[in-house]
Amino acid sequence: MTERSATETDSAARAGGAVTEPPPSGAGEIPVETRGQATLRFVRTQKLGTAAGLFVVLLILLAAFAAVVAPFDPTEQNRNALLAAPGVGHWLGTDDLGRDLLSRIIHGARISLYVGTVTVVVSLSLGVLVGLVAGYIGGAVDGALQALIDAILSIPPIVLALFVASLLGPSISNVIVALTIVTAPRFARVARGEMQRVKSEDYIEAAVVLGASRARVMLRHGLPNMVPALTVVASLGFGNVIIAEAALSFLGIGPPPPQPSWGLMLSQGMMYFELAPWIVIFPGVAISLAVLSFNLFGDALRDFLDPKLVR
Amino acid sequence: MIPETAPVESPHDAEPPSGQPLLRVNGLTKHFPVRGGMLRPLAGTVRAVDDVSFEVRGGETLALVGESGCGKSTTGRLVLGLLRPTGGTVRYSGRDVTRMRGAELREHRRRMQIVFQDPFSSLDPRLNVGGIVGEGLAIHRMGTPSERRGRIAELLTLVGLSPRDAGRFPHQFSGGQRQRIGIARALATSPEFLVCDEPVSALDVSIQAQIINLLRDLQHERGLGYLFISHDLNLVRHIADRVCVMYLGEIVESAPTEDLFRDPRHPYTRALLAAVPRLDAHSRPPERVGLTGELPSPANPPEGCRFRPRCPRAVPESATARPALTEVAPGHTVAACPCFN
Repeated sequence: MTERSATETDSAARAGGAVTEPPPSGAGEIPVETRGQATLRFVRTQKLGTAAGLFVVLLILLAAFAAVVAPFDPTEQNRNALLAAPGVGHWLGTDDLGRDLLSRIIHGARISLYVGTVTVVVSLSLGVLVGLVAGYIGGAVDGALQALIDAILSIPPIVLALFVASLLGPSISNVIVALTIVTAPRFARVARGEMQRVKSEDYIEAAVVLGASRARVMLRHGLPNMVPALTVVASLGFGNVIIAEAALSFLGIGPPPPQPSWGLMLSQGMMYFELAPWIVIFPGVAISLAVLSFNLFGDALRDFLDPKLVR
Repeated sequence: MIPETAPVESPHDAEPPSGQPLLRVNGLTKHFPVRGGMLRPLAGTVRAVDDVSFEVRGGETLALVGESGCGKSTTGRLVLGLLRPTGGTVRYSGRDVTRMRGAELREHRRRMQIVFQDPFSSLDPRLNVGGIVGEGLAIHRMGTPSERRGRIAELLTLVGLSPRDAGRFPHQFSGGQRQRIGIARALATSPEFLVCDEPVSALDVSIQAQIINLLRDLQHERGLGYLFISHDLNLVRHIADRVCVMYLGEIVESAPTEDLFRDPRHPYTRALLAAVPRLDAHSRPPERVGLTGELPSPANPPEGCRFRPRCPRAVPESATARPALTEVAPGHTVAACPCFN
């Protein structure tokens, strides 16, 4: 939903609420839910989703202010506290090089969220573009684009991401490229389906009769009407991207050390699992919680936006 | 051909030259291919519209009536250039709409508009009313943004809404109000011709009259030509100047409204009129003509007279030749089936 439509809804609702004017065709005023009321309803009906959403916000804040929040420099080594157990000083303990785990996890959130955000934004843009064209124009264009999407989706995502990332070399931007190739087709599918749904509505025909170009129909009528569906898949996709980034890092194809990526911490900590299990447990918990919260939030959003789905 | 007029026209500028018809449809035909699968690419054709001809003058209402699936709506979409016809021509002010492509067609579109049946599907829920009504102005770059706002306010007032409604969204309005918004949108670019595709059949009866009166008032003010698609004969009698009765993709009878209701010739028209409930105690009840059977599939229409399998008076000769349209009275043509001659 765009900023513009949000303000318009609000002002429209205010006008409707404050001014009493006789409706011309004799029908009563139809009550309208403002954005604030909708948010309240979400909080009331989707308790788990709200908690997950709050955790996502917390994660974003931690990542944004990592330098302020983290007690130590994530790459600073302390030879006096190698593999220190969790306790005062190092709340989550230290790793084999004496680096503070809490600080590394907080800075690791930065990498996960950065990769997640860029991948989702780029995938969404590409996927929506392809989906709009395939869904609206249809025919041979749709057939060709669908074949391409099916071809990409037929390869197991982690294998494809592994292939691309190893081809390009280990770096954050290459991880993003690899994950985008895996993610964009999924978004394209949703966008295509939504465009096909919207296309059957009379208002699309009305726009065509008014002389609207294909691009105008797709961007002005198609896109805004698929925002709810896209919000849900983007939120769910975010969780998938985080776990995929962790997997690539775990396999050594992510951002190179000493960057504190969660997946890399997991793989490097494995050697010391018996001596210092916290090295592995805490990054693992971080990955699980982050993915879980994105998925729960996405699920809640889907249930909230689709009233037909009774839980 | 298209006059580059000032963007905001006064209502009377839209008056078309009387005399020659605004819209002349000739031999219009639309066959939809039925795909049978990969190995049989063409399983058959649905003859949705078959050799249909009619004319609409400025300020005139031509009603297209018939059962569901008889091709009324397809005809409306062909006239608007939303579908490409298999054959025939649609001449609008002398120019063939079916030959227009791309930018020329888009430019032409502002001159003919549509009012839809379903007021819930016909308005984009994500646009406010100003955006919906002003879309045609934006597409054709008519006027400056402030002129457009003025024009939107003018249009909303014209259809009985308030200019303040421009900032509200479709879901805040009732069905009848939504239909008014749809009419305002259709009028934005000052068209001379409207296709009204069952514009009131989704509305409550009390609201129907309001919308019909609005359409009539607009016609009187602006000299609009209407192609009025409907299955409601009482309504058609009230609003139409001429009526074309369609059956299975063909026009079986066409006459001035009063003639048609007074003196229906075709058995199908008679059956339709007999089915109309009436409250008038003084008029003689019409000859009861019951219709039996289902509408045959337009993919496989009957030979000869298409109405024959359901016709109460069918004679063997009906099966041989397709009845030709014959003028039986001035302006009154009928598909002259042997059964009633």
